[in-house]
Amino acid sequence: MAKHWWKALAVLILTYTIIAGFTHKIPIIGTNGQSSRGLYFHVPMWICMYTMFTISVVNSLRFLAGYDLRKDALASAAGGVGVFYGVLGFATGTLWATYTWGSTFTSDPKQMLTAVALLIYMAYLVLRMSISDIDKRARISAVFNIFAFALLIPLTYIIPRMVDSLHPGSASTPGFASKDTDNNMKMVLYPAFLGWTLLSVWIYTLVVRYKKLELKNIFK
Amino acid sequence: MKSTVLQQTITLVKKDILLELRQKYAFYGILLYIVSTVFVINLMIGKPDEKIWNALFWVVQLFVSVNAIAKSFMQENRGRLLYFYSLVHPRSFIAAKLIYNILLMSIMSLIALICCITFLGNPIINIWYFIGVIMLGGISLSLLFTMLAAIAAQANQNAALMAIMGFPIMLPLLMILSSVAKSSFIIVYQPGLPKLFLMLGSMDVLIIALSMVLFPFLWKD
Repeated sequence: MAKHWWKALAVLILTYTIIAGFTHKIPIIGTNGQSSRGLYFHVPMWICMYTMFTISVVNSLRFLAGYDLRKDALASAAGGVGVFYGVLGFATGTLWATYTWGSTFTSDPKQMLTAVALLIYMAYLVLRMSISDIDKRARISAVFNIFAFALLIPLTYIIPRMVDSLHPGSASTPGFASKDTDNNMKMVLYPAFLGWTLLSVWIYTLVVRYKKLELKNIFK
Repeated sequence: MKSTVLQQTITLVKKDILLELRQKYAFYGILLYIVSTVFVINLMIGKPDEKIWNALFWVVQLFVSVNAIAKSFMQENRGRLLYFYSLVHPRSFIAAKLIYNILLMSIMSLIALICCITFLGNPIINIWYFIGVIMLGGISLSLLFTMLAAIAAQANQNAALMAIMGFPIMLPLLMILSSVAKSSFIIVYQPGLPKLFLMLGSMDVLIIALSMVLFPFLWKD
């Protein structure tokens, strides 16, 4: 039981995040209104996605170093969970945008490029499905995964910061940086990062177990 | 093999050009493709204004590059790939493909430009700037699709796969290109122009570096 303490921690923190996140007092600014509470759900989703994609690309690199199929199972599991969190992050973001930007899907560069990055990762999952030979699938998808990660960082992290965007934290708009976030909100936001990330790792370990069962003839 | 990687690369590029000159299949196939696409656009909307002209031109470019570059790996069957594998270093093979596709796309871009001007009218004010942009665009598109064609070639020559993998990556590239090209239609001050060129250049460098590093892993069969 000793090694499962972090799962209990995840549940505790997320319970706190959800209860406090919906009930505590936040500053009401302009059109943001109560929708600022989306911060506790939207931003952590991206952190989970980045965590998963990083796990995925690291395992792809390890696969190419030693051609161990176990690493490929880890990479594909993390890729799938990462896309799931990416879609959730996108959904929570568009929900917020509907009420503050006045439109669910605007031509905002950050929103567009994030959608593009997600499509690239979906292509990774489709690529995996299209190849039936296990060794070949592992090798080719590892190469594409590294390619995708190398594009993910400029697409979602560098370019949106260079161009003007409606999204908080871009070139000319104030962000939810440590300086301009309300202290009350930080009390929930920082635990939320940890809680959601732990949950994503939990889901990831479950998916890995399932994948290993699926391929138990190979792994023994 | 005694020869260096550079010599191997040059030989492979020569071989690709020679094959193309003998068969002329890819060249005329793509030429027909460009002419018919542009002609269809002409029949449908006549002579569009510059904004639509720009958009249509880049869409034509996109499909031309997909078709032209997918061919470059599809003509290599498994036996021939195995033969190259025993002869040359994988890096010189991919470098040769990159160089050949850049040459091919540069010619194709110019042909597409001429076709668009003849069929759809000429809204371009600053022609040399626009030619520079399409050259840069042709290079970026060919680099990216060469790498993707190499991946698709491993996955049973699946052309649909190339579209699935390529189009999301293509999107930001085409957005940058079309906004860079805007300056050649109207005299306008674009504040972020050098930054966009820098982005385009660094994307090209990134793709070249990735292809060089990753192709040797794809090659093993």
